[in-house]
Amino acid sequence: MSQHSTTYVPKSAFGQWFESRLPIAGLIHSSFIAFPVPRNLTYFWTFGAILAFMLVAQIVTGVFLAMYYTPNAGMAFQSVEHIMRDVQYGWLIRYLHANGASMFFVAVYIHIFRNFYYGSYKAPREVLYILGVIIFLLMMATAFMGYVLPWGQMSFWGATVITNLFSAIPLVGETIVSYLWGGYSVGNPTLNRFFSLHYLLPFMIAGVVALHIWALHVPGQNNPTGIPIKSGKDAVPFTPYATIKDIFAVVVFLIFFAYWVFYMPNYLGHADNYIPANPAVTPAHIVPEWYFLPFYAILRAIPDKLGGVIAMGAAIVIWCFMPWLDTSKVRSTAYRPLYKQFFWVFVGVCLVLGWLGSRPAEGWYVIASQICTVYYFAHFLIVLPVLGFVERPLPLPNSILESVMGVQKGGAGMPAGANAEPQSKG
Amino acid sequence: MMKRTLLIAAAVLGLSAPAFAAGETPVPPQLKWSFQGPFGTFDRAQVQRGFKVYREVCASCHSLNYVAFRNLSQPGGPEFSEAQVRALAAEYKIQDGPNEAGDMFERAGRPADRFPSPFPNENAAASANGGKAPPDLSLMAKARTYERGFPWWITDVFRQYSENGADYLVALLNGYHEAPQGFTVPEGGHYNEYYPGHVIAMPKPLSDGQVEYPKNEAGQPQAPETVDQYARDVTAFLTWTAEPHLEARKRLGFQVILFLIVLAGLLYFTKKKIWARVGGEVEGHATPPMTHNP
Repeated sequence: MSQHSTTYVPKSAFGQWFESRLPIAGLIHSSFIAFPVPRNLTYFWTFGAILAFMLVAQIVTGVFLAMYYTPNAGMAFQSVEHIMRDVQYGWLIRYLHANGASMFFVAVYIHIFRNFYYGSYKAPREVLYILGVIIFLLMMATAFMGYVLPWGQMSFWGATVITNLFSAIPLVGETIVSYLWGGYSVGNPTLNRFFSLHYLLPFMIAGVVALHIWALHVPGQNNPTGIPIKSGKDAVPFTPYATIKDIFAVVVFLIFFAYWVFYMPNYLGHADNYIPANPAVTPAHIVPEWYFLPFYAILRAIPDKLGGVIAMGAAIVIWCFMPWLDTSKVRSTAYRPLYKQFFWVFVGVCLVLGWLGSRPAEGWYVIASQICTVYYFAHFLIVLPVLGFVERPLPLPNSILESVMGVQKGGAGMPAGANAEPQSKG
Repeated sequence: MMKRTLLIAAAVLGLSAPAFAAGETPVPPQLKWSFQGPFGTFDRAQVQRGFKVYREVCASCHSLNYVAFRNLSQPGGPEFSEAQVRALAAEYKIQDGPNEAGDMFERAGRPADRFPSPFPNENAAASANGGKAPPDLSLMAKARTYERGFPWWITDVFRQYSENGADYLVALLNGYHEAPQGFTVPEGGHYNEYYPGHVIAMPKPLSDGQVEYPKNEAGQPQAPETVDQYARDVTAFLTWTAEPHLEARKRLGFQVILFLIVLAGLLYFTKKKIWARVGGEVEGHATPPMTHNP
């Protein structure tokens, strides 16, 4: 990162004085203005910006909600209704926050699968990628605890089911669960600590996001060809080219977001969560939010409780090993005809797992979940390692520019002097 | 072959027969609502009639805890006049206190009061109703739904179908019939076609002619005084109590989305112009296999 900052020279005397004491303007300049961006990025590369926007949106709406919300088992549900009915535009803030969580996951899943498709996880981006997996885990924890806060039936029973999973851990399981609960069942202490953590974790996410962006700026962005930037003509400066594209993409995403907020605000939630939490009445079906469903299906596919918990955890932890499980030298699936097919089968399996997670765990749903779970892990443990040896990838272009413009043509690209190449060429 | 087909048919019938006896829960019919769709608004007269049904029928057992009298005159609801709301609130006795002497006392209701509960507490409500307290109705239209199934849960997103709760409530209120042959309704229960499991604690609440509706100029009631109409009207009222800012939400949504579309259009052309400086935007990769030779 420090290498880029050399190109930044403050114009004013104060700027120079300040820059020599805290070179933050240079850091911003090198990271978000002069940073070389592959010129062939598609809209799949705008989801980083969309996610950054969503994180800020969730924090801002959440801070306002916290001004009116009461984290008490006897008052939480009522305080949410107070926000919905009496607080000026409280309904808007709450629907933005509740649907914002879903939009956050829509964007993160697109971001993750873009990374799978174009091999962004491969060297030299392993650390960048693993930081992303950590962000995803933090997001899951935050979203889960956030859904508990309205203290409706699904909040209460979802919290009961998920926290109970920890009891499967040998020796320390029961202790962990009682620490999570702050007692012997889900109750007011649970709600209090979940509220506290729900407020804390987004800032931890923001911290890891900073590391994620930092790690991104060392090797630079991957691109649809998967081959690194080789000359200034392969790249354009981040500002204004990527900036304007990201802003446009964020606004288009906002249209999608607004549709849910204003026209289908409760579609992605559960009707049961408009019934106040009642420890004496269990809902007919306890179902997590849609974004947890594939993992929920994997959990229930294993007949053993501990086995299910391990499988569910492994389903995400295994992502961290992808850079080493994938033996192919080629990053982009565009040049991997065989892997392309397996990729789409994998996407299909994940969607089917999601659907199975919403079904009751009975009959052939369980068998289908088990088949899909086996395939899910086989994708990582068999398909990824084996394909690197048996697949014959298509010839790669010589450069990004050649792949998108043909050999003779060529636009301006990075201005002379600013075409600092990313330090490492994976 | 024939024999095998018959066997399968018998097996299918054999499987479905007990299911039929237990009574599959039918799917509630989808009704036309004034508040559905992107420009939906409440039908004032209908919501006012629905309030009358709630007040004269439901309110004897069901509370409406999250609704205040003043809400009835707010824009986007039944929109009674403020004078009407003041008069209505005054008809209720509200327990207040303690006063300076430390005693609780009763006073006439004010618009800022919430609807008083028909029972002093949940235990009293349960003991007066066969052991189960009648649920609060404020959020009922959002707290109930029915299974949509594939592929309807996808198409629902595009046609903005979010009246599941309302359709279910009307079906439920119309769903009281004689139990079918062989179905035993336990003591204190009532058969309802649409209630999951078919045994509901609430007795049939509505009957034709039970609530008198306001008359039009011709001296006729402005809507039929039938169970079905009562069910629709009270459901419209409960949809408003569950989502009192529904009209404002849809109105604002239209403005926001229109604004965002115009903004996105402007940004799109701005982006095009900026990228023209470097020879236009290029995306992705050439379709492999690559042609390496010019």
